[in-house]
Amino acid sequence: MVKQLAHVPVKGHEEGVWQILAAVPDPEIPVLSVVDLGIVRAVEPDRVLITPTYTGCPATQVIERDIRAALDAAGFRHVRIETALSPPWTTDWITAEGREKLHAYGIAPPGRGAVHCPQCGSAHTQEVSRFGSTPCKALWRCRDCAEPFDLFKCH
Amino acid sequence: MASLPPIDTPSGATGAGAFDVPAEREGGALFEYLLRLGDDALILGQRLGEWCGHAPSVEVDLSLANFALDLIGQATFFLNYAGEAEGKGRDGDRLAFHRDVLDFRNCLLVEQPNGDFAQTMARQFLFSTWQRRLFQHLAASADETIAAIAAKAVKEVTYHAELAAEWVIRLGDGTDESRRRMAGGLDWMARFVPELFEADDLTLFLAGKGIAADPTLFRADYDGEVHRVLAQAGIEPPAGQRPILGGRRGHHSEHLGHLLAAMQFLPRTYPEAAW
Repeated sequence: MVKQLAHVPVKGHEEGVWQILAAVPDPEIPVLSVVDLGIVRAVEPDRVLITPTYTGCPATQVIERDIRAALDAAGFRHVRIETALSPPWTTDWITAEGREKLHAYGIAPPGRGAVHCPQCGSAHTQEVSRFGSTPCKALWRCRDCAEPFDLFKCH
Repeated sequence: MASLPPIDTPSGATGAGAFDVPAEREGGALFEYLLRLGDDALILGQRLGEWCGHAPSVEVDLSLANFALDLIGQATFFLNYAGEAEGKGRDGDRLAFHRDVLDFRNCLLVEQPNGDFAQTMARQFLFSTWQRRLFQHLAASADETIAAIAAKAVKEVTYHAELAAEWVIRLGDGTDESRRRMAGGLDWMARFVPELFEADDLTLFLAGKGIAADPTLFRADYDGEVHRVLAQAGIEPPAGQRPILGGRRGHHSEHLGHLLAAMQFLPRTYPEAAW
């Protein structure tokens, strides 16, 4: 017995597809969804367009697999997932909601001004290492509360 | 070869070799050019991966591993595209793991051994400073795929170049021992810089079509940046070295074969292996 999944045409269901994708977590920062991160560029009747964050981000393949599984489970098996490189992803595409989630999670969101400690809010902070646990993060510490923290790098 | 500084280069070392691939057709030329771009990134990425778990501090370990990731990401894009241009059903993995040393088209600089940390950073500085300028030009390539990869990667390469320059300055302007090591690293690597600016027929053919970048256009800018950083580091630029070329035609140093043996062992022994 093979269970047949219904084919759901996307046309008219774009909002629903966006909601499905908004529930797919980023494998390395699971508090963010792939939509929060700005990885999903477009939802079209026959395809979902995604973009890698960093050229060598090892999570890229996992993200595509997770999106595939979520679409399949909802009946959008015929929707292709395509990768677009241009224009290159930038941290400016992280949504306002995504930035709030990062901050609440203890990761300073990317910004061009002073870096504020996500624990105590102090701007009295310093860089420890430009590279952290993932390609997108740098290691910082707060000089007031002495807590180390990750900064999502401006990219 | 007219683009190179006036040097004593034996024609046998740089002329058409036994392993040259004819590239009369544009598709063949594009394939060759993409191999150069992809192999540079792949081989340097593999080299930097050798540091994983061995670097002087955890921060440096992370930065070298992250450089390697960026480079292997570039290699994946360029080699997958090379496989498409070739049209024989080879993908990036096939090209990375199932070619022999004579078929690699990377420059000699990237295959040089890591040596100590200073030598690794000397190589990184000389390469990333070049690659950054190359990608800035390629971001305007008439080939949309090359332009997209370059525009994406140049953001990361800028980071590589800046970090490597900081280490050249910190070690050069550090203790007698650190300066000795950085100067030694630069001495080792400088011979391989002229190859980066070699504008052979293939490059000029594709540059004429707006696809490739003619590296001679940014030679002066590159030299200016290298001299600026070395002056800050208090190191005399290496001079009077005999340039060594040939990587673009498959004439490699002995180091590449050893690197490939380590990199290709698993997929060649277990061709069906998967994660």
